[in-house]
Amino acid sequence: MKRFRRILEKFIEGILLSSSTITSLTVILIILFLFREGLGLFNRSPLEHNFIIAVSKQNPVQDLSSDQLKAIFNQDITNWSKVGGVKDSIILFTINDITNYFSEEELGASLENLPQKLNEFIEANPGALMHVSEKYLPKKFNGHTIHVKNISVGDFLFGKQWYPTSEPIPSFGIWPMIIGTFLVTFGALLIALPLGLATALFLAEVADIRLRNLVKPLVELLAGIPSVVYGFFGLIVIVPLIQGLFKLDVGETVLAGSIVLGIMALPTIVTIAEDALRTTPLSLKEASLALGATRWQTLRKVTIPYAKSGISAAVILGIGRAIGETMAVLMVTGNASNVPHSFLVPARTLPATIAAELGEAPYGGLHFKALFALGIVLFLFTIIINLTVAYIRNREKK
Amino acid sequence: MIQAEAKNVNFYYGDFHALKNISMTFEPSTVTALIGPSGCGKSTFLRLFNRMNELIGNTKLEGSVTVDGKDIYARDVQVDEIRKRIGMVFQKPNPFPKSIYENVAYGLRVNGTNKKSVLDEVVENSLKKAALWEEVKDNLRKSAMALSGGQQQRLCIARALAVEPHLLLMDEPASALDPISTSKVEDLIFELKQQYTIIIVTHNLQQAGRISDYTGFFYLGSLIEHDKTQKMFLNPADERTQSYITGRFG
Repeated sequence: MKRFRRILEKFIEGILLSSSTITSLTVILIILFLFREGLGLFNRSPLEHNFIIAVSKQNPVQDLSSDQLKAIFNQDITNWSKVGGVKDSIILFTINDITNYFSEEELGASLENLPQKLNEFIEANPGALMHVSEKYLPKKFNGHTIHVKNISVGDFLFGKQWYPTSEPIPSFGIWPMIIGTFLVTFGALLIALPLGLATALFLAEVADIRLRNLVKPLVELLAGIPSVVYGFFGLIVIVPLIQGLFKLDVGETVLAGSIVLGIMALPTIVTIAEDALRTTPLSLKEASLALGATRWQTLRKVTIPYAKSGISAAVILGIGRAIGETMAVLMVTGNASNVPHSFLVPARTLPATIAAELGEAPYGGLHFKALFALGIVLFLFTIIINLTVAYIRNREKK
Repeated sequence: MIQAEAKNVNFYYGDFHALKNISMTFEPSTVTALIGPSGCGKSTFLRLFNRMNELIGNTKLEGSVTVDGKDIYARDVQVDEIRKRIGMVFQKPNPFPKSIYENVAYGLRVNGTNKKSVLDEVVENSLKKAALWEEVKDNLRKSAMALSGGQQQRLCIARALAVEPHLLLMDEPASALDPISTSKVEDLIFELKQQYTIIIVTHNLQQAGRISDYTGFFYLGSLIEHDKTQKMFLNPADERTQSYITGRFG
């Protein structure tokens, strides 16, 4: 009997250990996965897999940047002299153009002559710029490939253009999303902080116990409403309101996102700040009152300073709630990937971009990896926020 | 002359009748000890004098409490004005998590005194009166939380003295302290008696005997006996006082 119990205890211990191991491993694996996929975006050509840019052997140009290539394909640049080559006009050539130069008989029924024809083409057109798949290139190619600058972290973070599916060169600049995220979050805090802290003060210091027991669960209930419901509310109520109030063409703006996020961050801020305020020992408040301080003096000079770190934690966790929120923001901010310059224009946030585009991005492609890289940026933001909270709480203990 | 007086006081926490028809007077420059078993109402009675019981909801007071001849529960009285003239020292040392200097200056600051020369003087005088000056004079900017328990309690006394109260209420001020700190606080109370009227709640009968001029014995919400300490301890009029003092219950 005794032995059986010992075995049972060992068994339970084993279950507990493996559960915690599974939990930790899962978290680590998710982070590893995120980083593996996301970092795959960098230090590789922005061209689609197996595609190359090639020019004639006589062409002295060796390198082109993404921007130059884009300009060439948009026909903003039409002469090689603009990109460091000889004075000759650029002849754009993609595989779809092949039939303009060669008949189907010449190419062969199963395109078996294609590589050779490409050779002929590049010889005949020294000003050509080819965007073709590597597999069509002949063994003895009469041209040379152009080295396209790799995608760098700097371009990713500070690039102002996000055209993840543009051909042949996509743009992965997330600066608009970073600014959008910060602007929406900042606006949300501007709304949620005064309101949330005032509510916390009211609940902790002013409201009598019955009112508090009524209001606090109500505020906490706000946290339990699914975010899509907030988004729906924002879309139906707040967006038209903003549109009408500011006479805008579209109501889906940074402001709409800020209002919805502000409401969503309220429960976090109220709950944590109120808890912090209530940790101020009664004896300290009594000491202050006994010295003739009024209730407000006591609040200002004793209660709030004592709860300072808890209140800061509330603020930062409120930011965290706002920065990572996806669905509601996606629904009300309009999702334009421009750098927003005011609260009354559409914007796009990091999480909303991931949610909106991941379904359309081909698995393993550059776009897919770019979205994961977005995830890394978001992850880093939230981890900074959490570390800050931990730091503040730690300091409080000391 | 009477410094403070309670007249026919009845006090209720909700339905609980905590103080039963208590009348008591306190003369200037005397120490009155309130003794009695736990739950007898002595702390509640003490806290009537600076209206601290009001912090708890659902209480009711009958009768009158006067300090310096003024009814402190009168309608036109501002409660914070009352508390400025009445100092209180609590059972557990409760310094603010601020510097030593700011702790003592707190009462003046909330009264709108921010002039440095005035504050400096009051802080020094109060700490001297509380017999703490010599120990902390070089570290006034240090956090009060770094002091020992006994020092903290003397700091709390200094803090209470800084607003120049007429009446000093002490709620078991030495119960959380070690014997050496206790004796320091007791010496201090003896000193302070010259200038202040002190009412002190204590569980420690020897302490009551050592420091007080008068003693009031509370039992089950009633004031059983109130007399000169010497008489109370040597020759109590009531049998229950006798039993309590000789340690038969409590």
